[in-house]
Amino acid sequence: MKKINIERHELVPKHIILSEKERQELLEKYGITLKQLPKILVSDPIIQILNGKVGDVVKIIRKSPTAGEITHYRVVIKG
Amino acid sequence: MLVDKIEFSLLNPELIRKMSVAKITKTELYDQEGYPIEGGLMDPRLGVVDPGVRCRTCGGSVGECQGHFGCLELTRPIIHVHYAKILFSILKMICKKCSRILIDEKELKKIKERKLAFKKIVKLAEKRCPYCKQEQGKLKFIKPYTFTEDNEILNPIKLRERFEKMSDEDLEILGFKKMRPEWLILTLLPIPPVTVRPSITLETGERSEDDLTHKLVDIVRINERLKENIDLGAPDFIIEDLWELLQYHVSTYFDNEISGVPPARHRSGRILKTLSQRLKTKEGRFRGNLAGKRVNFSARTVITPDPMIDVDEVGIPQLIAKELTIPVRVNEKNIEEMKKFVLNGPENWPGANYIIRPDGRRKKITEQNKEDIVKEIAPGYIIERHLQDGEIALFNRQPSLHRMSIMAHRVRVMPFKTFRLNLSVCPPYNADFDGDEMNLHIPQTEEAQVEAEELMAVRKHIRSPRFSGPIIGAIIDHITGLYLLTHGKKKFDREEFTQLIRAVDPEIEIPDKKTMTGKEIFSMFLPKDFSIEHKSKSCVGCKKCLKERCEHDAYVVIKDGKMLCGTIDKAAVGDEEGKIIDKMEKLYGPEFVKKFLFKITRLAVDVLTKVGFSISISDQDLPQEAVSEIKNVLEKVRKDVDELIKLYEKGELKVLVGRTPKESLEHSIKITLRNGLNEIGSILEKSIKENSTIMMARSGAKGSMVNITQTAAVIGQETIMGERMERGYYERTFPHFKKGDISLEAKGFVSRGFRNGLTPFEFFFDAINSRESLMDKSLKTRHSGYMERRLVGALQDLKVEYDGTVRDSANRIIQFIPGEDGLDPSKVERVGVDVRGIAKELFR
Repeated sequence: MKKINIERHELVPKHIILSEKERQELLEKYGITLKQLPKILVSDPIIQILNGKVGDVVKIIRKSPTAGEITHYRVVIKG
Repeated sequence: MLVDKIEFSLLNPELIRKMSVAKITKTELYDQEGYPIEGGLMDPRLGVVDPGVRCRTCGGSVGECQGHFGCLELTRPIIHVHYAKILFSILKMICKKCSRILIDEKELKKIKERKLAFKKIVKLAEKRCPYCKQEQGKLKFIKPYTFTEDNEILNPIKLRERFEKMSDEDLEILGFKKMRPEWLILTLLPIPPVTVRPSITLETGERSEDDLTHKLVDIVRINERLKENIDLGAPDFIIEDLWELLQYHVSTYFDNEISGVPPARHRSGRILKTLSQRLKTKEGRFRGNLAGKRVNFSARTVITPDPMIDVDEVGIPQLIAKELTIPVRVNEKNIEEMKKFVLNGPENWPGANYIIRPDGRRKKITEQNKEDIVKEIAPGYIIERHLQDGEIALFNRQPSLHRMSIMAHRVRVMPFKTFRLNLSVCPPYNADFDGDEMNLHIPQTEEAQVEAEELMAVRKHIRSPRFSGPIIGAIIDHITGLYLLTHGKKKFDREEFTQLIRAVDPEIEIPDKKTMTGKEIFSMFLPKDFSIEHKSKSCVGCKKCLKERCEHDAYVVIKDGKMLCGTIDKAAVGDEEGKIIDKMEKLYGPEFVKKFLFKITRLAVDVLTKVGFSISISDQDLPQEAVSEIKNVLEKVRKDVDELIKLYEKGELKVLVGRTPKESLEHSIKITLRNGLNEIGSILEKSIKENSTIMMARSGAKGSMVNITQTAAVIGQETIMGERMERGYYERTFPHFKKGDISLEAKGFVSRGFRNGLTPFEFFFDAINSRESLMDKSLKTRHSGYMERRLVGALQDLKVEYDGTVRDSANRIIQFIPGEDGLDPSKVERVGVDVRGIAKELFR
């Protein structure tokens, strides 16, 4: 079967793994711990492609019909 | 005492004994004198329910003493019905001989590390014990509380023996911490305090016991009998029978709705309400008493309209105003005023019902003691005085589907017995006056009043967050009135226009003119700098819009507060679409719109009373030419359809892509019919003279052109699930049609209107169609109501924090910006321009 690069798919938003520094800044900005962030599984295809590890935070840039582009963050969890 | 955490666990028999203050052994409740027996189920140590008696355990009286548990030693162990399922899962997992988990050591270690869910561990159990090599028997669970092994009954004593042998390490793997599985089988039954099951003394002096007490008496009785029989050495089968009976009674004590078990009944045959029944369902403890409670300072009555009160007012009957009170603290400045209230007493509005002394004691004001109370009043006292004009009240109509279902109104005390509300707030509540009732709540503290005013006031809900447009606006008669006033070049003489204007505004300056047009009168109430241009509801959609020179007067132009042309109708001031309301809310704020709306609705009502307005059956009369024209259209449609059917039967009909020949035919027929009906609609619009019915449809006040077509001309095709009629007999809808007849008449086409009357068969088709839409509607509302309930449950404690994130109750972030764009739809203007689409076209 032909392998599909889901990263290039129209419906898959852009995922970027944050650096340690960026991650700290994010947590500080909202005054939260990792547990309070929305979650995404390590087994999620996009995380597999990006080689994400448990505890990483991904920045997701989505398209929105009302706001143009919005950024969202998720923490990678096991499972 | 600070509650640090709550742990849920099984009730330990030792703990039951420790918290118990009385051992129950006697079946009787009271002795000959009527005093409760010690050791009986109404033991005085279990708490008090009768006033004047003190608790034997804690010395408290009714209200002070919460009651104390007792206990009952069960002669034989009994299975708890609600634990039977878990019991069986554990039973399946452990060895019949050595009681160890039927999983080998290696596997067990893995489970321990991974903390596997209980459900998953159950599936891993082996058939042969890995430790003592014992072959396991075939276990079966016969609902509701019987277990068998190799078709032999396992009684609770045997079960307990197995569980008792289990090691704590094994239990921890299964998730039992500080718990023992043998506690799942009852040996000691806690007896709830009498306060939980109070007895009622009837007027005759007879005592009537609570359902739970009845059930407990049964349990105690059978328990004692079992004990006696065992002591006497009765034969096994008698003991087994009694044991089984005790199991039944204890089971129904917990839950009287177990399937397969006949429910325990009262002597009268009524089914007893036992523990589970107290908690379950909408009326149960959780949904009925904890999640939702009855409240004080609320009222409910029938609603009636009142166009003379302001949009954000609510009329409250004096009777109710005398019952609902607001606490006011007495100080030096208001003491004289407060004294007046007290002197008026509870019967004369505005008076007062209660005073609260500084020590917190509450005293009812009566006609007899009011003079004494007035002398007593001093700063620091609190007076609960009657509701007065201008106070804040929360007004609600169920079902509360959106936030506009509860709004804060200003009180206006009125005579009679109904709540009065302005017609403009009917749309947000979805209220009409065919017997609707509404609820009213009075916020008690200043803080609550201010909060209600700031967040829930009617004027803050003019723009609905659902579609960013006004949900409060002019309705039905208001629209009719304004249409009559502003359409065309109607002229009013000086006497007429003076009356109209003065009815709305007693101060405004009347222009020095002989006559005024309706448009000029309407302009009087527009702000001097207001300009707008828009198409009316009555716009027919000409190919080329003539704008100001529109021959239907359907293009509204307002320039600097002067209405130049057009007609005011639903598109201008109505709810959901009123463009003038929308723009004014944006330019001048909600308070202004509220005032404006009140003015123009008053004006509209006055115009209607002056001009007069009524509808007639003759509104549906068609000129002779129109009748024959419609007849021709119907004839043509019928011919076309017959042609299509003929083609279909010959197999020459063009088959559409993705459809069977039959489907293609149905589709073509549907299109032919639709075109025919549209043609009839336009004939009607052309030929019927302007009359009241048509006018209401055009202005958007009530009804539509489709309604008029259906009454005056033809109803058209009746459908079931979007298809032509299929039902009834084999291959036909009625027995007088030929089998396989697919012509128009045989498939539910109604070629008459309501005014001329339907044939019996047409009427029957129409009834089928009506019933379908009725069922659809009721099923849909129920379905969506339940979906909403679930949604509310899932979202209820989400909150926008001060840092702009949406978080849940555990402070977890759900959204980083509310709704992705951070916009509040109730504060945003609805714009119909697709900027993105245009940009795409331009910069391609």
